[in-house]
Amino acid sequence: MKNQRAIDIVNASLKRRYAAERRFRLYGIAAIAAGLLFLALLFTSIAANGYSAFLQTHVRLDINFDPAVIDPEGSRAPQALSGANYAALVRRSMQELFPEVTGRQDRRTLNGLVSSGASYQLRDMVMADPALIGTTRSVWVPADDDVDMYAKGHIPVDVPEAQRRIKDLPLSWLRKLESEGRIEKRFNTTFFTAGDSREPELAGIRGALMGSLYTVIVTLALSFPIGVATAIYLEEFAPRNRWTDLIEVNINNLAAVPSIVFGLLGLAVFLNFMALPRSAPLVGGLVLTLMTLPTIIIAGRAALKSVPPSIREAALGIGASRLQTVTHHVLPLALPGMLTGTIIGMAQALGETAPLLMIGMVAFIVDIPGGFFDPATVLPVQIFLWADSPERAFVERTSAAILVLLGFLVIMNAIAVLLRKKFERRW
Amino acid sequence: MSVTTLAIVLLALSAAAYYVGRQRSFAVSRGSGGVRALHSLPGYYGMLTALWCGLPALLVLAGWVAFEPYIVTKLVVAGLPDEIRALPDARLGLVVNDIRNLVSGNIVSAQVDPAMQAAADHYRSLVQTGSAALAVVVLALAAGGIGLAWKRIHPGLRARNQVEGVVKAFLVLCSTIAIFTTIGIVLSVLFEALRFFHSVPVSEFLLGLKWSPQMAIRADQVGSSGSFGAVPLFTGTLMISFIAMFVAVPIGLMSAIYLSEYANRRFRAVAKPLLEILAGIPTVVYGFFAALVVAPALRDGGAALGLDVSSESALAAGLVMGIMIIPFVSSLSDDVINAVPQSLRDGSYAMGATRSETVRKVIIPAALPGIVGGVLLAVSRAIGETMIVVMAAGLAANLTANPLQAVTTITVQIVTLLVGDQEFDSPKTLAAFALGLMLFVVTLILNVIALHVVRKYREQYE
Repeated sequence: MKNQRAIDIVNASLKRRYAAERRFRLYGIAAIAAGLLFLALLFTSIAANGYSAFLQTHVRLDINFDPAVIDPEGSRAPQALSGANYAALVRRSMQELFPEVTGRQDRRTLNGLVSSGASYQLRDMVMADPALIGTTRSVWVPADDDVDMYAKGHIPVDVPEAQRRIKDLPLSWLRKLESEGRIEKRFNTTFFTAGDSREPELAGIRGALMGSLYTVIVTLALSFPIGVATAIYLEEFAPRNRWTDLIEVNINNLAAVPSIVFGLLGLAVFLNFMALPRSAPLVGGLVLTLMTLPTIIIAGRAALKSVPPSIREAALGIGASRLQTVTHHVLPLALPGMLTGTIIGMAQALGETAPLLMIGMVAFIVDIPGGFFDPATVLPVQIFLWADSPERAFVERTSAAILVLLGFLVIMNAIAVLLRKKFERRW
Repeated sequence: MSVTTLAIVLLALSAAAYYVGRQRSFAVSRGSGGVRALHSLPGYYGMLTALWCGLPALLVLAGWVAFEPYIVTKLVVAGLPDEIRALPDARLGLVVNDIRNLVSGNIVSAQVDPAMQAAADHYRSLVQTGSAALAVVVLALAAGGIGLAWKRIHPGLRARNQVEGVVKAFLVLCSTIAIFTTIGIVLSVLFEALRFFHSVPVSEFLLGLKWSPQMAIRADQVGSSGSFGAVPLFTGTLMISFIAMFVAVPIGLMSAIYLSEYANRRFRAVAKPLLEILAGIPTVVYGFFAALVVAPALRDGGAALGLDVSSESALAAGLVMGIMIIPFVSSLSDDVINAVPQSLRDGSYAMGATRSETVRKVIIPAALPGIVGGVLLAVSRAIGETMIVVMAAGLAANLTANPLQAVTTITVQIVTLLVGDQEFDSPKTLAAFALGLMLFVVTLILNVIALHVVRKYREQYE
C-alpha cells in the first residue's frame, strides 16, 4: 500500500524533532551557564588577586631611639622631633642585624628591604611619646613592596636570578630574617587609613573613599529632590501636550547617552564656562547628578504609577487639593519605590568612572579631601589609576579596592532589594 | 558675613517667619469667628510668610554668588591705570590673575609694582564692601518679606493657592532640567567641535585614514603636525562593538528564551538576579578583568596556537564588553518575549509544535521588532562604553580588520586627549569634542530608532 497516512509521516519525523528540541534546550542552558561562568570567573579572579592585600608584611627591627640623632640639643621641641633623621635609625638598626654588609650598593639594597614609611612611623611614635627617646624598642615596620610580594609567594624563587625582582643576596637576608621570626604578615591598616601613594605598601583607599563619599552626597542631595519633583510633575500634574512629550523624550534619551558625554558637558560647562574648581567632588557630584537623574525619574514615575487611582479619587473627593492629594497620600505610598530607584541610581553613580576622568578627578592626590571643594578622586578612578601602575603589589591593591567597591555596591543593592520586599504592595 | 552663614541665617529666619505667619493667621481670624473663617489652614499662612521671607533673599544671594567675581573684576579693571587697561585682552587677563593671586596671598608671576598693589587693595576692599552690602540687602529683603506677608495676611487671603503655585513652579522647573541637560550637551560639544572644524575640514575628519593627534604646540617645536582622519577610530569602535554583540546577543537571547519559556519558577528566581549582577558591576572592574585575566589568556592561547595576539587586542576588549552587555540583551529580550500573548503559544502547541518550534517559528518572529530594538540599544551602549576599552584596548589607531591586533576607539581617544593638560585653542584638545559630537549623534540616532521600534511593538499587543 503506497498511501502513507499523515500520522506515520509525523511519527517518522518525531525523533528528529525531539532531538532538535533537546538541542535547543541545551543551548539555553549553555547560554545561562556561560553567563554564570563569566560571573564566577570575574569574582574569583578578583578575589584571588585581592584578598592578600588585606595583609601586609612587616619586619621587626630593634630601634635604638638615640637622642644624639633625634634631638641632639635636648630641647624636645616638636619641630626638632618632627624634623629629625629617623631614616638613620632604621638604617642603623638594619646595619646591626647584618654587620657583614659593607658595600655602598649592598647597604642601599639592604635598607631597601624596609619601606620608606618606616621612618614616618618612628616619627609618629616619638611625637606621641617623647619618653621613648633614649630607649631601645622592638618595632614592627612595614616591609618594602617587593619583600611583601616575596612573603606572599608572588615572586617565584626557583627561576634564574636575572628574571627575579629579588636577587640572591637580599633573598639570603630575607631568609635569615624569616628564620629569626622577624617577618610577619599583619592586617593592613594602612590600606584603609592612608591616601594614595607611589609606594604600594603605603598606598591606601581612604582618600578615594572620602572623595566618593563627598561626590555621592552631592549627587544624592541634588538628584533625589529634583528627580522626585520631576517624576511628580510628569506623572501627576503635567498636561499631555508637546512640551511634556519633549521632556519625556529627552529623559529617555539621556538615560541612554554614553556617560563620557556627560563628562564632556561637565568639562565645557562646569569647568570652562562656570569656572568651578577642577577635581572637586562638587563638580563630580553635579555631573553624576545629571547622569543619574533619568534613572531616578523613570523609577519614580513607575512607583507613582503603581499607586491606584482610587486613592487619589478618595482624597480629591473629600476636598483635598491636588497637591495635598499628592503630598499626603500618593507620595508616601510611592516613596519606597522611589527610594529603591534612588539607591540603584546612587550605586550606578558610585561605580562610574569615565565622566569623572574628564573633569580632572584622576589627579594623583595624596591628601585626604576634607570638603566639597578639595581636589579629590573617587574609588573607581583610584582603581583605574592603580591598574595602570606597573608594580606587582598594585595589582593586589587594585583588586582589593575593587572588592571594597563591590562590597559597597552589594550592600546598596541589598538595601534596595530589602526595601522593595518590605514595602512591595499588591493593590 | 560669609555666604554660608548668611544662608543658614536665612533658613533660620524663614523658620521663624513660618511661626510668625501662622500666629498672625490665628490673630486675624479671632475677630471674624475663629480659625474656620480662614480661607486656608493656618500652616499655609506660615508657609507663605516663610516663602516671602526666604525666596527673594535666596535669589539675590544666588545671583551674587554667581556674578560676584565678574562684577568685582570689571570694577578693578576699570580702576587700573590707563596704560595697563590698554593692554591686549590676554595680557590683561594675566594682570587680573596676578591681582587675584596677590589678594589671596599666593606667589605672583611678575614683580609687584605699586599699581598692582593698589589694585589688589582695591579688589580686597571691593570684596569686603560687596559682602557687607550683600548681608545688609539680603537680611533687609528677608525682614521686608516677613513684614509684607504679615501685613497681607487676612482671613480671605488665598494662602494655599499661592503656596501651591510656588510649589508647582518648582516642579516645572525641575522637570525642565532634562531639556537643559540635552541643550547643554549639544551646545558644549557643538561649539568646540565647530572650532575644531575651522582648523580641520569635516571631510578630512570623516574620511581621513590617518589618526595621529600629536601636534607641535610651539612653532619652533619638533613634532608631527597632527592628522585627524577618524576612520581608524570608527572601524576600531565598530569592530569591538561587533565582537561584543557576537558574544552578547546569542548568550543573552538564548538565556532569555530559556528563562521565560523553559525554566521553572525556582530556577528563574535564582538565575535571573545572578545574571543581572553582571549589569551592576562597574565598568572599571570589567576593564581591570580584561587587562589582567582575559588579555594575557588570549595572548598565551594565541602563542600556543602559533598566532600573534597583541596584548591589547580588540578581541579581549570586545569579549569582556560582550559579557557586560549580556544582561542588557537578556532583560530587554525577556520583556518582549513575555509581552507576546499566551494565545499565540497556545495556538502553536495545539497544532502539535514542540516548544522549540514554537519559540523559533512563532515567538521569535512575533517578538523580533522588540528584540531588534533591544539589540540596537545594546549596540549604542557598546559604542559609548569607555572604561573597558580605555583599559584593555590600545592607543594606536590601526586600520585593520584583524581582531587579534590592537585597535583604538572613539571613547579611548576622547579620554587620552582630555586627561592631563588641555589647551582649548589647539585642535588636539578640540578633536575630542568633535569625537564626542560624533558619539552623541550616533548613539542618539540609535536610541531614537530603538525606542521607537520598542514602543511601537509594545502598542501592537496592548
